Amino acid sequence: MGQERNAAGARSEGGVTLFLKRAFVKLGILPFLLVAAVVIFALMSDNFLTARNLTNVLRQSVYLMIVSIGQMLALLTGGFDLSVGTVLALSSVAGAMAMAAIYGAMPEAVWLAIVLGCLVGVMAGTMIGVVNGVGVAFFNVSPFMMSLGMASVGFGIALFLTGGVPVYGMPIAFGDTFGFGTAFGVPVPVLVAAVLIVVLYVILYRTPFGRHFYAVGGNLKAASLSGINTQGTLFFTYVLCAFFAAVAGMLLTARLDTGEANIGASMPLESIAACVIAGVSLRGGVGRLENVVLGALFIGLVQNGMNLARIESYLQTVVLGALLILAVIADQFRLKYVATLKD
Amino acid sequence: MTSPAPALVRGGNATGIGEVLIETRSLTKEYPGVRALDAVDFDLRAGEVHVLFGENGAGKSTLISILAGANQPTSGTILFQGREVALHSVHDARALGVSAVFQEFSLIPQMTVEENLFLGAEPTKGGFLDRRRSRDHAREILEELDFRIDPAARVDRLTRAEQQMVEIAKAFRSDLSVLILDEPTASLTNHETDQLFKLIGELTARGIGIVYITHRMAEIRRIGDRITVLRDGRYIDTVEARDASEDDLVKLMTGREVGAIFPDRITAPAGETVLQIDKLTTRDGTVREASLEVRAGEIVGLAGLVGAGKSEVLQAAFGGKAIAGGRVGYLGRDITGQSPKKNIRGGFLYLPSDRRNEGLLMMRSARENMALAALDTRPFSSGPLLTPGGERQAAQELAERLNLQPRRIERAVDHFSGGNQQKVMLARSLTRDFRLIAFDEPTVGVDVGTRAAIYEFIVGLAKQGVAIVLISSDLPEILNLSNRAYVFYRGRVQAEIGAEELTEEAVLGNFFEREVA
Repeated sequence: MGQERNAAGARSEGGVTLFLKRAFVKLGILPFLLVAAVVIFALMSDNFLTARNLTNVLRQSVYLMIVSIGQMLALLTGGFDLSVGTVLALSSVAGAMAMAAIYGAMPEAVWLAIVLGCLVGVMAGTMIGVVNGVGVAFFNVSPFMMSLGMASVGFGIALFLTGGVPVYGMPIAFGDTFGFGTAFGVPVPVLVAAVLIVVLYVILYRTPFGRHFYAVGGNLKAASLSGINTQGTLFFTYVLCAFFAAVAGMLLTARLDTGEANIGASMPLESIAACVIAGVSLRGGVGRLENVVLGALFIGLVQNGMNLARIESYLQTVVLGALLILAVIADQFRLKYVATLKD
Repeated sequence: MTSPAPALVRGGNATGIGEVLIETRSLTKEYPGVRALDAVDFDLRAGEVHVLFGENGAGKSTLISILAGANQPTSGTILFQGREVALHSVHDARALGVSAVFQEFSLIPQMTVEENLFLGAEPTKGGFLDRRRSRDHAREILEELDFRIDPAARVDRLTRAEQQMVEIAKAFRSDLSVLILDEPTASLTNHETDQLFKLIGELTARGIGIVYITHRMAEIRRIGDRITVLRDGRYIDTVEARDASEDDLVKLMTGREVGAIFPDRITAPAGETVLQIDKLTTRDGTVREASLEVRAGEIVGLAGLVGAGKSEVLQAAFGGKAIAGGRVGYLGRDITGQSPKKNIRGGFLYLPSDRRNEGLLMMRSARENMALAALDTRPFSSGPLLTPGGERQAAQELAERLNLQPRRIERAVDHFSGGNQQKVMLARSLTRDFRLIAFDEPTVGVDVGTRAAIYEFIVGLAKQGVAIVLISSDLPEILNLSNRAYVFYRGRVQAEIGAEELTEEAVLGNFFEREVA
């Protein structure tokens, strides 16, 4: 009987490893990291697994989440966008200045100021993406150089506009609504992110245009020979990426109640990390939107957990970088396993 | 090319053709699923030019890469001057004096001639580069070979012929006994070719053995001593160059059994003209003033060597290559320079030969790959939205129809075999109402069974009235499937051959430069 039990144990153990291996190949490293993070932080702090704290995590991760879904588009097409941080900064500064100016001129037209300010901010940020898109799609500049260059250009403009000082003078209603407000019991930033995610989901998985992102990143030449407008697709990739970052920039401005040129410096790294941890391939053509959302949430979770565990913020940066590298290594292992388990 | 130049040939020199330098015995090289070389015996004597002859994929390149140490045989032995040797690397082969000049140069364009000459074996003095010695040695080698090239010149500033000389000079870094040349004249002018042949004459006079790959009859006549013919990785025969007629060689080269893998040829008369290409010239010069026409319901073969312009002409017509001159007409409309997107919507599809790099999204599913060219039409989408159900069902039906193995439409294309990858790409031709489809090398790297299915498929399309262009380097394919064929040579249409006179000899006779009297 003892032997029998052993045999059964061995079999189920083999089954468990196989199951884990299949899960790893199918889902990537993210579910494992999420479980590990939740377990570790729950053990380290009693406050971690409370509804209040988890809502907090969601609220804090929203900005990264919005930037990451844009970054995902760039990664899908085989590039990446290093200028997302600058887009955040530029939209924040331009939007805040416009809003403050309009509000100052017409103190009674609060909502006009808010709407116009947001429009100006989002458009200013999106312009960076337009330039990126033109460079990458029509002049064949590598996305690395293009977005790196634009990161410097945009940051310079944002600093120049403000002289390096935060922009004040926006209507209080702006921060109250888009920073701290709730609608239908849900924080407004979370609601905005949810709408953007749903819209992008429909575009990516329910329209030919969305399929084109995958095709262009999967094989540019094949996409072109299959009748896909590859230049147009690449152009809109960077425009959309910047648009998402700009929206995040405005939401963050509302939260901070000031327009600042130095927000978003960590966004390029964090957004790429969120995507890569979520299994978006750096070679292009592979990645799912819902995983990226989870990836951003995971990074928020880790940051929150480390805060609760009183880990110094400098050390948090170390952890984040290490996680990113770990995710890339895991992806390599996954590719190896894929060859053995084909389906 | 002009008449042979006997003065250059080794004829009256002291060494003559001597002992065997290098020899292979039942050399075999296997790749997963392919036997690239099958028990090949080959020997090279001192002072001879031994020509390797065969179709693309016959095993010539594999053989020379093994002789050069760049590739290791699965089984079989190599003897050098009667001793068995193991060539684990290019270094091992170099140590014996065996050097190869491949079609792809191994030069670093940004470096100077002398830096390239000694790459990997730089002369040093106390651990530092010894510039003077390297300059002197480079000059010595170049002078000995009578190459007038400045050792300090950057390689990317040299002409193609001069680069070739540098590549050859590299072989003389150490003592040379065997020189392997892989189609060395492919990009040389007549004058440069003469210069190369003069050098070959001098080398053989010194007792160096030369393995020479070429497709050109005139060259074989001019410098060849013996010719070894390979076919499908097997050794066929070795003949004396002076006894061999062109016909003999062509027969040896292609004499494969063509069985039932080909379906019956189409007999119905062709319909209206679908594609009309007039004097088309591409901007990169790969196609020059090529004209051809294709009619509904017929299969038109385009034959020629790789790079002869047969693929490029259709790529240009389809919008995948810049056009410098000429006109492309499709169903009576001028579509010159129109984008692939518009052409596909108009019913014209080109399926590329390199499915991995130009045809498929390897990491995406078979379903997505099949649907790629028809996402804007039913059943793949309706209005602005995709219809996942319709797409899945359409892909499933295509998989059934083409007998995709295994029938898993969600599996990444990368994980299918070559033949099934090809089926996924071919499935695209059924996703819309195409009037004209160009198949570029539709059976490359595909096993015999699948090949038969693909032929059946192509002929079936033609019978439904689709105009088919079949671009192929595989001669039997052209001969057995097409109603008419155009033969390309160096970017031009060398001949148009009708169904009656469509024979191997007729087509092959136009593959190479004519031996004009």
